[in-house]
Amino acid sequence: MTELSAHLPQFQHGQLTENFPDNHLSNTQESMASALFNTDQNDNSERRRHDNSERRRNDNPESEINGQPQNNIQQVVEQDEEEDEELTLKYGAKHVIMLFVPVTLCMVVVVATIKSVSFYTRKDGQLIYTPFTEETETVGQRALNSILNAAIMISVIIVMTILLVVLYKYRCYKVIHGWLIISSLLLLFFFSFIYLGEVFKTYNVAMDYITLALMIWNFGVVGMICIHWKGPLRLQQAYLIMISALMALVFIKYLPEWTAWLILAVISVYDLVAVLCPKGPLRMLVETAQERNETLFPALIYSSTMVWLVNMAEEDPEAQRKASKNSTYDKQALANQAQNEDAEADDGGFSREWQQQRDSRIGPIESTPESRAAVQALPSNSQTSEDPEERGVKLGLGDFIFYSVLVGKASATASGDWNTTLACFVAILIGLCLTLLLLAIFKKALPALPISITFGLVFYFATDNLVQPFMDQLAFHQFYI
Amino acid sequence: TIARDPLRIIILIAGAFFWLVSLLLSSLIWFIAVKASDPNDEPLQKGLLIFGVMFSVLLQEAFRFLYYKLLRKAIEGLVALSEDGCSPISIQQMAYVAGVGFGLMSGAFSMINLLADALGPGTVGIYGDSQLYFLTSAFMTMVLIFLHTFWGILFFHGCENRRWWEIAAVVVMHLAVSGSTFCNPLYVGSLVPSYMLMAIAATWAYLLSGGSAQNVRRFLLCKSCSVTGTWYLAGLVPSGLPGRSWVSAGGHRVVSVGG
Repeated sequence: MTELSAHLPQFQHGQLTENFPDNHLSNTQESMASALFNTDQNDNSERRRHDNSERRRNDNPESEINGQPQNNIQQVVEQDEEEDEELTLKYGAKHVIMLFVPVTLCMVVVVATIKSVSFYTRKDGQLIYTPFTEETETVGQRALNSILNAAIMISVIIVMTILLVVLYKYRCYKVIHGWLIISSLLLLFFFSFIYLGEVFKTYNVAMDYITLALMIWNFGVVGMICIHWKGPLRLQQAYLIMISALMALVFIKYLPEWTAWLILAVISVYDLVAVLCPKGPLRMLVETAQERNETLFPALIYSSTMVWLVNMAEEDPEAQRKASKNSTYDKQALANQAQNEDAEADDGGFSREWQQQRDSRIGPIESTPESRAAVQALPSNSQTSEDPEERGVKLGLGDFIFYSVLVGKASATASGDWNTTLACFVAILIGLCLTLLLLAIFKKALPALPISITFGLVFYFATDNLVQPFMDQLAFHQFYI
Repeated sequence: TIARDPLRIIILIAGAFFWLVSLLLSSLIWFIAVKASDPNDEPLQKGLLIFGVMFSVLLQEAFRFLYYKLLRKAIEGLVALSEDGCSPISIQQMAYVAGVGFGLMSGAFSMINLLADALGPGTVGIYGDSQLYFLTSAFMTMVLIFLHTFWGILFFHGCENRRWWEIAAVVVMHLAVSGSTFCNPLYVGSLVPSYMLMAIAATWAYLLSGGSAQNVRRFLLCKSCSVTGTWYLAGLVPSGLPGRSWVSAGGHRVVSVGG
């Protein structure tokens, strides 16, 4: 994720040296696209990291209601701790499902689009970050080119990540926020415009520009509001899924095959390294955010539920210092509380997400991050009064995007077609399951990509090359296993 | 029955995953065998395919066993973590869900390419093949999915109670069903035995899960006479395997396979 965000800045500097013989919008499309997904990638990587920390912090309260580590079995087991562990596991299952659904939805959207709209499987040139073509004469040349492409992409991503970390460390929040807003603007308006145009072309639907403008405008504005400000939880989740799908489609279109697989593999390795190594940029970002007790760009993390922030108002002295914010904070907290009691069975009501988003938004913008401490950032704060029902799971949008890229590429280019797609889908879900299990066990920020992408890649290549001929033969003779 | 409970969904997906892995390994073996042999020798290829099918069946059952082991451990973990000492899901429910997972994945892999092709233009059996191809494929897939579900229940029950003959019966049944498909396109040779085996497996699994003829009758006939104690079927002796706790006299026993 971070790597991709690294790309974005370069794109934003307007390098239109592509060879896009596509329609008249192509050049701008590509640059916008690259710029856009660069930012998004950045954000998504941020999200992922942050998300990992979020998840960790989310889980921390779950199992650390008494401020103790999760594996309490060896210790004197109080009822609370047992409850926490059991709750963790039970909420583990629930959380896994809360993540299964959006990941599945994103993948379904991407696969459906790939299968129906031929635009995204047509080769219309490449991005500037992958300058080497794969239409070469020899296999060796192709391999070399794809390795070079992947290397360039990854290095750009690393640079961007480090840039982002530096910006964050030196509190250049406005720059980051401006970046995020521009990227989501481009994504919501431009990419969806292209997407809609292609869908209309595929189904031969006539549409006038005025209606189209109205639709795109409404879609975009509501999306901006939902994602960056307040909105119903479900709507925000839907928008995040949609923009992840759009981004994944762009990737699928503009990355040549071998490059794409290589990039997926290298990114998951990078993710692993960046989040777990002590000097990794993602880890530094997470730790910095934790030190400052603030959330990282919540607008680009998919969150399955709101985090209850009532405790913050009561226990966070810094929040109480800010009178104006405090008043709205308390109001919102009370609203949260009321809503929490109402939405017991649900994922946690709508306003929580708003509040968290709003808080995170307002905090950095007003350069007072200390007052904007999300629950998940303060495991020590959110204690006894926190309702375990409200702890949600967060997943970075970059993870969504890469999962969808994998499944989309599998459905686009595999000879086994639906078998391969299905196999990759199940593999990714199982990887996600395992990652969440590890998260519940280790209680720290974890990269979401490596396990799933590894499973996905293994299953893709295995299914495409091994299972496909087997199933073909079986179907031909109508044997059943 | 599955979509409501997140734990069951996870078990379902994991079951599908295990089936997938078993398929992967078996196709690896088949692939190696094919590559090592002469591709032009038709009977040999067919023989290799048959060998591949048999091997795949055995591997599927082996992975079912492995999945059983994993679920046992998971149940122990769940019990240890739960507050009241009992796990939120029983091994029978897990058996059902695992069976459905296997069945769904096997059905999906069998059918989905067929369905995708069916959407496009074409004529069935234009080269002299059977015209009922799609239909029989659909029925065969359906019977296999059901069978996997029932086999899951039977298999886990056998593993739980250490009745090896049950496990062996499941394996033999699976081999028989797959073997019967070798007579395709003589569909009567494959569909009829498969459905009969499914009926047998269904009743067996039903009885194992605590059902009885009484329950069936009660379910079918009386929504009205469901008051406790009025047992006009009290005289019937429940049939089934010995050693299972059955419907206690006068009590209602609702069979819910998998909840």
